[in-house]
Amino acid sequence: MYGVVIAMIPALIVSIYFFGLGAVKVILISVIACLFFEWAIQKFLIKGKSTIGDGSAMITGVLLAFNVPSNLPIGIIIIGAFVSIAIAKMSFGGLGKNPFNPALVGRVFLLISFPVQMTSWPIPKPLFSSVVTDAITGPTPLGIVKEGLKSGETVSNIMSQVPTYAEGIIGGIGGSLGEVSVIALLIGAIYMFIKKIITWEIPVAFIGSVVIFTGILYLINPEMYISPIFHLVTGGLALGVFFMATDMVTSPMSSKGMLIFGLGAGVITVIIRVWGAYPEGVSFAILIMNAFVPLINKGFKPARFGKI
Amino acid sequence: MKTFKLGGVHPPENKFSSSEAIQTLPIPKKVFVSVSQHLGAPATVLVKRGDEVKTGQLIAKSSGFISANIHSPVTGKVSKLDNVMDQSGYKRPAIIIDTTEDVWEDGIDTTPDINREITLTKDEIIKRINEMGVVGLGGATFPTHVKMMVPDGKKAEYLIINGVECEPYLTSDHRLMLEKGEEMLIGTTILMKALGVAKAIVGIESNKPDAIQHLTQLATKFNGITVQALKVKYPQGGEKQLIKALTGREVPSAKLPIETGCVVDNVGTAFAVYEAVQKNKPLIERVVTVTGKAAKKPSNFRVRVGTPISELIEHAGGVPENLGKIIGGGPMMGKALMSAEAPIVKGSSGILLMPLEESDRAAMKSCIRCARCVSACPMGLEPYLIAQEVSHKMWDRTEADKVMDCIECGSCQYTCPSGRPLLDYIRLGKFKVGQIIRSRGKN
Repeated sequence: MYGVVIAMIPALIVSIYFFGLGAVKVILISVIACLFFEWAIQKFLIKGKSTIGDGSAMITGVLLAFNVPSNLPIGIIIIGAFVSIAIAKMSFGGLGKNPFNPALVGRVFLLISFPVQMTSWPIPKPLFSSVVTDAITGPTPLGIVKEGLKSGETVSNIMSQVPTYAEGIIGGIGGSLGEVSVIALLIGAIYMFIKKIITWEIPVAFIGSVVIFTGILYLINPEMYISPIFHLVTGGLALGVFFMATDMVTSPMSSKGMLIFGLGAGVITVIIRVWGAYPEGVSFAILIMNAFVPLINKGFKPARFGKI
Repeated sequence: MKTFKLGGVHPPENKFSSSEAIQTLPIPKKVFVSVSQHLGAPATVLVKRGDEVKTGQLIAKSSGFISANIHSPVTGKVSKLDNVMDQSGYKRPAIIIDTTEDVWEDGIDTTPDINREITLTKDEIIKRINEMGVVGLGGATFPTHVKMMVPDGKKAEYLIINGVECEPYLTSDHRLMLEKGEEMLIGTTILMKALGVAKAIVGIESNKPDAIQHLTQLATKFNGITVQALKVKYPQGGEKQLIKALTGREVPSAKLPIETGCVVDNVGTAFAVYEAVQKNKPLIERVVTVTGKAAKKPSNFRVRVGTPISELIEHAGGVPENLGKIIGGGPMMGKALMSAEAPIVKGSSGILLMPLEESDRAAMKSCIRCARCVSACPMGLEPYLIAQEVSHKMWDRTEADKVMDCIECGSCQYTCPSGRPLLDYIRLGKFKVGQIIRSRGKN
């Protein structure tokens, strides 16, 4: 379990680099609150042995922090941690029993309950840089695209207002803590892959279906739909694909099942991003697919030796 | 290099005793010869208390189609017929013999000369194998003569000789291939004749390059025998996995290997067949590895059946101070022993001395549904699911999820990061579902 924590370190460092003390504050409060709620519930309600040592509450804490803006008020973070741990995890019986990814449940709860605070993203400002901007907060690239398309602008017009692909990959685009740098997330993902914490099926199916689906739309009308590469490097896609869709507890067991899971999550993400009310759909997509996992496990059994 | 496709794990090999030559263990003062050391019905005892027996004399007779003869491993006097605790921890009927000397029955060739000419016919070979009490020495101890009788409508095409020895630590088959390679290949030729097949493949994992080289060289003198090196992966020594690795064929669920035209025998069995057919010698001794991280002197012994395990440990340097557990068999499939006084049986391939620090199981934590057990299972089962069903006593669903296909290799439990005793649950499930299936047959 701590392997996942190690894998999150590059993204953690990048987020602190861009968001400074705000990021440190959000991450610390989220982790401490998650550990506290798990410890308290285990001790006073379940009356069992403490489980905070298994590392899963810490992962939930960091992931929750990665999914919120760096200026989120302390009270809201604690509410998010409570929903993640108490409602989404411990009420089902703790680690291994929860059907939905706890951090995502917390995030979506906050997004619906506190839409203003959850969508005012501070402009990333690298440490030690002397860039001075008037704006304190700004929308995410996906938000700019959604608003632009809604008001009838063409893609080429909008693209001049959003960060370049390179900025998306290296870091520096607006958004939640953990989604500012694709490359940092990728380093963590490679580590988890080498350590065999994650397998290839879900990331490949998830990213593949996003690329194919948005690629088809882009080929139909490049002035109405943005390019697949833009979809890949912006928003929480990399964070969702590598750190949340691959969560062992809430993803299918067989190789075939994982492919179906990734495929479904990718398709739902694109549907929400392109036609939905929200600019970003990764968290909803993963949660919806989480709900299908028991069914997928029943329908897609592993290849059996000597099956007649 | 060939291997099987589905699942499998790579436990540390720890083959400490692979360069230790086989030593003959002195004959013990007392032997405990179990009458049920093979798969099938226990043998019927032919001797009574006070009888004088010679080495190699028949002392218990095969009592059914699937059963095997048992011969006296020593010369001496039957001191008692009693229940003796065996390696499973249960007391089972055994013949206890006090050793006096070592005089072999007439007609047994005890010289070391290699007897190359095969004179017996197909039927005579099967009859001889039956008489000499030869059973599968890989561990399952299925009577070999039964395997040789191919059912009507089926045809054997390949004889597969299992020299994989995929269990970590064990080296008895490895040493046998190196030291008795030619005899083993003569035994293979005898088995080919009994089965009426023209082709035999010896499968050996690539971590035994000396055995592969030695047998490949010897095999050039034999017709139809090839040696195939295999990529190391546990449990390649499982017969279904070995058939898949060597021929690409898959034994259907709940069916026998003969469905794919293959018959699998262990290298130890091939050697025992050589001795039975060419030397007229019954199966009364075998090679046993005594090893483990706690073992003072990891060794390979040629041991008479019925020897108490404590004697083997004594000759391998004695009981170590930090001994935590003694395992009969390998670390993956073997079982912890209740007592070191349990006797060696025909199916004993190794004795493992585990140090204290490696003897305790990891604390059991919640299943995190990581699916490692699913990808490790060489039979494509879902161990986490079966374990859950067994713990809820849902026998119908346990059966529907094919618990009976499990080969008990232990890969799932080995790979579980939460320390869950998956194989324990599955063994219980197999036992219960097996009972249900049998009772269904009676109605």
